[in-house]
Amino acid sequence: MTTLTDDPNVLDEWLIAGAASSLAHSSAGRPVITGLLGQQAALWREPDGALRCRMGTLTPTVQERYGYVWVCCSGAPARPLFAFPEYDEPGRRIVDCGGIGVAVGGLRVVENFLDMGHFPYVHADFLGSVPRTEVVPYDVRTDADSGEIWASNCRFWQPITSASASGGVEAQYIYRVAQPFTAFLYKTCVPRPDKQDAIGLFVQPVDQERCIAWCLLVYFEDELTDTDLIGFQQTIFGQDKPILENHVLKRLPLEGRLEIPTRADVMSVTYRRWLKARGMRYSVHV
Amino acid sequence: MIKLYDYELSGNCFKVRQLMAWLGLSFQRVPIDFFPGKEHKSPHFVDNVNPLGQLPVIDDDGFLLRDAQAIMVYLASRYDPRKSWYPDDAKLRGQITIWLGTADEITRTASAARLHDMLGYPFDVDACRRGAHAVFRVLDDHLAERASDGLQWLAGDRPTIADLACFPYAALSHDGGIALDEYPALRAWIWNFRHLPGFVGMAGIPPPNPAIVPIDPGAP
Repeated sequence: MTTLTDDPNVLDEWLIAGAASSLAHSSAGRPVITGLLGQQAALWREPDGALRCRMGTLTPTVQERYGYVWVCCSGAPARPLFAFPEYDEPGRRIVDCGGIGVAVGGLRVVENFLDMGHFPYVHADFLGSVPRTEVVPYDVRTDADSGEIWASNCRFWQPITSASASGGVEAQYIYRVAQPFTAFLYKTCVPRPDKQDAIGLFVQPVDQERCIAWCLLVYFEDELTDTDLIGFQQTIFGQDKPILENHVLKRLPLEGRLEIPTRADVMSVTYRRWLKARGMRYSVHV
Repeated sequence: MIKLYDYELSGNCFKVRQLMAWLGLSFQRVPIDFFPGKEHKSPHFVDNVNPLGQLPVIDDDGFLLRDAQAIMVYLASRYDPRKSWYPDDAKLRGQITIWLGTADEITRTASAARLHDMLGYPFDVDACRRGAHAVFRVLDDHLAERASDGLQWLAGDRPTIADLACFPYAALSHDGGIALDEYPALRAWIWNFRHLPGFVGMAGIPPPNPAIVPIDPGAP
């Protein structure tokens, strides 16, 4: 247990706290306990279906959305939960890949998710392959209305882009950062070229140097089983995990001199500037 | 063809995948949604595949066998014509069996710590880590003694299923918050094992990347 942060970027934000299904047999007397912002959060579902959260002296607000439990620790959310219209689109498969604990600050996990440069090395023969290592220039902008980061025209040659892949392709990606701890990847949908599959990465900051990474697939996919889809995602994440945990700085540095970006890291640079502009301190290296 | 009930992130499943790769056996994966689906605890799996609700399990033409160590003994006894992985030698087999038991102890401790940290299992993680350090101390001392005799592996003068049995959860110990700084002989053994020809690895224990060429210190 640590002193509660005073950073409004996490206190007034909606933070993921687990899968809604995990509260099926919970009650006020038998809550599900998880870690959030260095505190213990007790979560349960009332007989009338309402979700509740107890967290020390705080009076958090809870909501259920996209199959997960979202907690605003201060009880005064700065904004509504992000939109994710693909989740409600008819015909999509929704697959929760579970939450994997990682011994590194959650912002590191989001930044890694946005990085294409590591594909041929960390995900060799899956998401990339040496010597095809070039990250061709892509476009990054911060949307004036939503305040979200969007990166488009991202292309990368991938030997096995997904569980349904049957040979190498130049994958086309769109990345989106909706919250400091929430990012999406939209990629060309193989069976429905007019549509895009979506992957949500929702990071639960257990404390400043530990997190749980939740992954949600929102796919047009009729052939593969949930087990196939989850297995692929967990294999990829299992490859990232030791690299993430090997960072000497467990928290993300926002000052330019500690880690040197290259042209390929425009998205990461934008993410760090975006965090700095909002005064992010939680899970940030100082 | 041999069927393997398999989960990618399982170190015990890795033992069987790796041994079959080394033996040149082709096999059919039956992927199990271990997490988050807990399919290995489902009634179908417990009734038809493994009453203990554990992975891995193989089905070799109707012969169903569970337990990573038991499967390795079976596969190496039946499918290794060179008798290299489980040598036909009474003393060596006795020594190998010691380390198969140690592998179970590693599963009970280091693997349990990993399940706690990584997948949220409600274990007493401090007790798991203490147990893991105790067993890694034994391994490190043994390997250091062997090294002083010029020997690299746990039993005999070649890698055997003893090494394979103890390898994955030692190599994945960081997943359970267990650092190997105090065990130099164990770390050297992990390095040597990863560099064996034909090492396939798993997510979290990558094979050496052939694309990354070590810098030659003698180069100009």
